[in-house]
Amino acid sequence: MKLASEQTLELDEGHVTVGQSFSDDPKMTMRNINVFYAEKQAIYDVSIDITKNEVIAMIGPSGCGKSTFLRTLNRMNDTVDGCRVEGDICMDGENLYAPNLDVVELRARVGMVFQKPNPFPKSIRDNVTYGPKIHGLADTRVDLDEILEKSLRKAGLWEEVKDRLDQPGTGLSGGQQQRLCIARAIAVSPEVILMDEPCSALDPIATAKIEELIEELSQNFTIAIVTHSMQQAARVSHRTAYFHLGKLIEVNPTEQVFTMPQHQLTEAYITGRFG
Amino acid sequence: MQATDLLLSLIVLGLFSFYWSRGRSLALANPLGGIRNLHSLPSYYGLHAALWCTLPATFLLGIWLIFDEIVINGMVMTDLSPELIPSDNASYNLILNKVANIANGILPREDQPSGLLDAADNMLSLNVVSQWSITLLIITLAMSGLAWSSHKLKVDFRARPAVERVMQNLLLACACVAIFTTLGIVFSVLFESIQFFRSVPIYDFIFGLEWSPQTAIREDQVGSSGSFGAIPLFVGTLLVSAVAMFIAVPIGLMSAIYLAEYASDGVRTYAKPALEVLAGIPTVVYGFFAALTVAPFLRDLGASVGLTISSESALAAGGVMGIMIIPFISSLADDVITAVPQSMRDGSLAMGATQSETIRKVVIPAALPGIVGGIMLAISRAIGETMIVVMAAGLAAKLTANPLESVTTVTVQIVTLLTGDQEFDSPKTLAAFALGLMLFTVTLLLNIFALHIVKKYREQYE
Repeated sequence: MKLASEQTLELDEGHVTVGQSFSDDPKMTMRNINVFYAEKQAIYDVSIDITKNEVIAMIGPSGCGKSTFLRTLNRMNDTVDGCRVEGDICMDGENLYAPNLDVVELRARVGMVFQKPNPFPKSIRDNVTYGPKIHGLADTRVDLDEILEKSLRKAGLWEEVKDRLDQPGTGLSGGQQQRLCIARAIAVSPEVILMDEPCSALDPIATAKIEELIEELSQNFTIAIVTHSMQQAARVSHRTAYFHLGKLIEVNPTEQVFTMPQHQLTEAYITGRFG
Repeated sequence: MQATDLLLSLIVLGLFSFYWSRGRSLALANPLGGIRNLHSLPSYYGLHAALWCTLPATFLLGIWLIFDEIVINGMVMTDLSPELIPSDNASYNLILNKVANIANGILPREDQPSGLLDAADNMLSLNVVSQWSITLLIITLAMSGLAWSSHKLKVDFRARPAVERVMQNLLLACACVAIFTTLGIVFSVLFESIQFFRSVPIYDFIFGLEWSPQTAIREDQVGSSGSFGAIPLFVGTLLVSAVAMFIAVPIGLMSAIYLAEYASDGVRTYAKPALEVLAGIPTVVYGFFAALTVAPFLRDLGASVGLTISSESALAAGGVMGIMIIPFISSLADDVITAVPQSMRDGSLAMGATQSETIRKVVIPAALPGIVGGIMLAISRAIGETMIVVMAAGLAAKLTANPLESVTTVTVQIVTLLTGDQEFDSPKTLAAFALGLMLFTVTLLLNIFALHIVKKYREQYE
């Protein structure tokens, strides 16, 4: 293998992802993913596994396709006009893009937290119970309240809002709103949680709380997080995937990516030479 | 000079001041090395001069136009020879008219009393004096405005903020015109209504159950006693509006949801304008469509299933009115639904909600204030709508809640009260103003109510 410094900063045509992209115990497997927005290709031939109960971080410069990639995992790209996904994405061996797959059920199993907190214009209670209600997860009011409390506790928000569950969720602070969105996502007991730059609109203290929360959640959920902040990736994730111009450059255990990157583009990015 | 000539000369003077001052500022700037050394652009100095030259003079001209005739008439009448002094208002106006007609040469000067001829001469000479003095005044004012502006024209004169202030005040003045016109209409309707309530007690009008607006010419005439109870009219109006909203709200709302949430861009490009064409059809066309097509169709349809439907039913008028209002509701609702942030939809879809669940549980509640506001506006529109009901609803004021019968509305009655030759002091005519006032009050209350609802929901959701 060549040393990083000997390689040029050009990305060769037939780039093959370096590092440990595959897993022995995968939750989701992606093979040869290509994503197009109308004519424009956003993702080139990405193959990667996501291990059960790991936190995997996707980093890379703006426009590198990391968010697009994340949104293919719960088929949120379906809502974008002209978006086309090629390749195989499987969860527990089941193809997510099979014609007979129920997207609604998939999204209940793969939850998502967005860049900007987007609580519904409803009460805190209705925000959290929204998913359980539409999926019929609770038969009685008591069950529903139980789910409500459990989810808010898991999201570390219960103590702050237990006295004002019927006030609008939009009245919370930005960090609280984002934790409310996390509570909303985990209320339907998903298997995987996708997070698309969940802290980019938050202040450092709120960010620290969310990061702490991610660590706790990883005991029960598989988490894929897109982040702009390399420090965040270093703090919360087990593995880190580096994307560049729609290609997956390197996947390795986080510690290794930030201390001994295998590819010179990864090194250039984490040392701040671009991005 | 005549007022129009004065106005023309003011425009010419204004143009001249603009170019002259602009030229002067350029001349000031050139030796200093270009216009960057001036405080403002040359056109601002020009505008400043033009505004100072024309605006005060135009204002004065306006005042003169309003008061000129009143003042001259007053002077002529006070100088009238004693034997012609009128005793009451009517003969005062008569004499004034005569004098004016003699002065303008409409009445021949022969065979007129000498007092009238003197008065006419007096009026003519006063007119001449007034015209010359206003001409002189205007020109002086315009020139002194120009002189003042050119006196101020220096390299560091801040013409730009000065012009800005004038522009702001001009805009304010235009806004005031709209507001004062509204106030004027309201007050004139109010005073005529008070006149009406002198002959018909307000209680009888608001709570009366019978409407047959006629006043007797002779005491012994048949039907000499008119009754002015507005309840049947308002019930009819509400019935027709209710039928209209019953049709317009669901169809409008659902088509808005389809257009905003489901339709592809291609469909939207054609369907939205096509729907809005409905709003462009003149109401008179809707009117005869209702009267000549829909009403007979409904009557025949009713007859075939054994229902008696009047050929001027509230159903026909309200139904067609509802169709007219569809684009109103759909385009307002479409706007507010489109304005709901995509992140709300994403949040719901990512929870595994279907599209229709997302719309019902997230998008519509978020858009509700706007939708309710739109519906309230549409109701105001339905209540005030005239042409369709004039043609398709009846004239008989029946107190009924059955949409298959013929009813009449407030607007229809206002139209029938005021069309044709009318005397303007009988309760019959004045009733139109009272009805107008009531209608205005109801719509106003409705709008206030709508705003209140919108505000309440907004507080809850933001």
